[in-house]
Amino acid sequence: MAGVTLNTVRKTYQGGVDAVKGVSFDVPDGAFCVLVGPSGCGKSTLLRMVAGLERITSGDIAIGDRIVNEIEPADRDIAMVFQNYALYPHMSVYDNIAYGLKNRKTPKDEIDRRVREAAKILAIEPLLDRKPRQLSGGQRQRVAMGRAIVRKPQVFLFDEPLSNLDAKLRVQMRVEIKKLQKTFGVTAIYVTHDQVEAMTMSDILVVMNAGEVEQIGTPTEIYRHPATRFVATFIGSPPMNLVPGTMQADGSVRVGEAHFRLPPHGFVPGRTVELGLRPEDIVIGGSDNAFDMKIEFVEELGATQLVYGRLDGAQLIVQVPSGSVTGAGGTVRLGIAADRLHVFDPATGRRAV
Amino acid sequence: MVENRHWFFRLLPHVVLSLGVFIVAFPVYVAFVGSTLDATTIANGQMTLIPGGHMFENYYRTLFVGTSGTTRQPVLAMMFNSFVMAMTIAIGKIVISIISAYAVVYYRFPFRMAAFWLIFVTLMLPVEVRIYPTYKIVADLGMLDTYAGLAVPLIASATGTLLFRQFFMTIPDELMEASQIDGAGPVRFFIDTVLPLSITTIAALFVIQFIYGWNQYLWPLLITTRDNMQTIVIGIKKMIVTQDALTEWQLAMTTAVLAMLPPVAVVILMQRLFVRGLVETEK
Repeated sequence: MAGVTLNTVRKTYQGGVDAVKGVSFDVPDGAFCVLVGPSGCGKSTLLRMVAGLERITSGDIAIGDRIVNEIEPADRDIAMVFQNYALYPHMSVYDNIAYGLKNRKTPKDEIDRRVREAAKILAIEPLLDRKPRQLSGGQRQRVAMGRAIVRKPQVFLFDEPLSNLDAKLRVQMRVEIKKLQKTFGVTAIYVTHDQVEAMTMSDILVVMNAGEVEQIGTPTEIYRHPATRFVATFIGSPPMNLVPGTMQADGSVRVGEAHFRLPPHGFVPGRTVELGLRPEDIVIGGSDNAFDMKIEFVEELGATQLVYGRLDGAQLIVQVPSGSVTGAGGTVRLGIAADRLHVFDPATGRRAV
Repeated sequence: MVENRHWFFRLLPHVVLSLGVFIVAFPVYVAFVGSTLDATTIANGQMTLIPGGHMFENYYRTLFVGTSGTTRQPVLAMMFNSFVMAMTIAIGKIVISIISAYAVVYYRFPFRMAAFWLIFVTLMLPVEVRIYPTYKIVADLGMLDTYAGLAVPLIASATGTLLFRQFFMTIPDELMEASQIDGAGPVRFFIDTVLPLSITTIAALFVIQFIYGWNQYLWPLLITTRDNMQTIVIGIKKMIVTQDALTEWQLAMTTAVLAMLPPVAVVILMQRLFVRGLVETEK
């Protein structure tokens, strides 16, 4: 077992495009690390560099204590699950799973034992003689997992493995992958653009944007204390509301007519800031930081409803239990707890409070 | 499909198809009939459309004895020559072009695209265009009247390389990457993954190239002079043109029919593999 360490890893493609701009973080042994970010943020490139499929322009990647920069993918002791599974179409499920072991000159009976063991764990024993094209998406996904676990690698790498599945299967496989990883206790790095996967699966969440790491932390930390405006709006659905305001002498933020008291901070009065309010943190009729909002539009989601309105010109989305608000046109009194407010510096996008 | 059409429009395709089949099949039938008659019947202009009674005699004579004047060799030997030539060309082309296409698609080496374009440009230089230099090289290497001389100059093939390159580019990169992670080097990946996936392309190319090799006329005509090296296509030509004797038409026709059989067999056999591959292979 081994952790993964990245030290100022950079990737510059020919033609000068910087895909990854000096990324450093640690994935401790046995942790499930999710890289999340919008498409083109460099998360897949980073994963492929850990796998050894992509050369590192500069920096170091270590698996355990071993720097693997110049080591071939096969010798890095990793296993990878691809987005389209990349099963060998002409080989049976058994051969697909056994292929990596065969190439490593594992004895035949040992291969057989391990393939059957993996198949048993994944409940694909009846499928061993089939060809990949005879399998459903979920079954192919399992075979791809089988190919990864049979090798007993030090690190699992997942490149958006669930994006080709339908929504229901995705939820099911999400849980299974996480369970498997915990059972084996193998370090995992998982790339996704789906924030639900990111939140639910990760022990460590790495939010990336434009080739750089925006924030690293546990999912809860990142949700509660987003370090940048980007993280704040990227994690959470519907996204966090951001409204411009002015810092007051008494330490509160004024937005139009409304005043928002903040926890103690050392911010300079008079500055313009961006105030962040998560739709789900805003409550109806709250006494803390109360303000009025004119209802423009209501979306029903079943358990909850999304209320659209405006606060000093900026759009505000509020998520409240279903039935709290009826129809557009009226005004509603809202409130939010002081410790649920986020303040960002509009110039740098960094968190201020 | 539109089902309720006027009877005339339902009949029309059948008429056109039947006409097409007739145009293609009639000469073949005439050749077959010719191969069952005796020499005098054809020479007297009494050619019928009903097969005669000399079929076994003609085929036996053609295969094992040959014509008396022109080719001086049994046709079975010519067929063997043609077969060796066609097989060498077909297999040689497949081996060379699959390897070169693999290099061009999967390896990154200096002047990779230059190499590809050089291969591509040879499409503009078929044997007929470079016949003198090619003949000179083959002659200087002492390969006249040999199987190597017959086949080797025709093996280099841009078509095959191009075809395999196009096919390789449809194989997802992830398969190569998965192989890399599974510990398969370039050669393993080629043998274990690329070759099995290419079976259909290989079959298609084999059919085309076998027929191409079998039908060669100009090149064998130039470089073979000994009777025991002549190919069947050359043989037919020689049988028809005679200086001072009667053309043995019944033997020429028999040879023509025999010359058709191997390509037909290749098409039929390979077509099954080809179709099976089309249905089964999923990339």
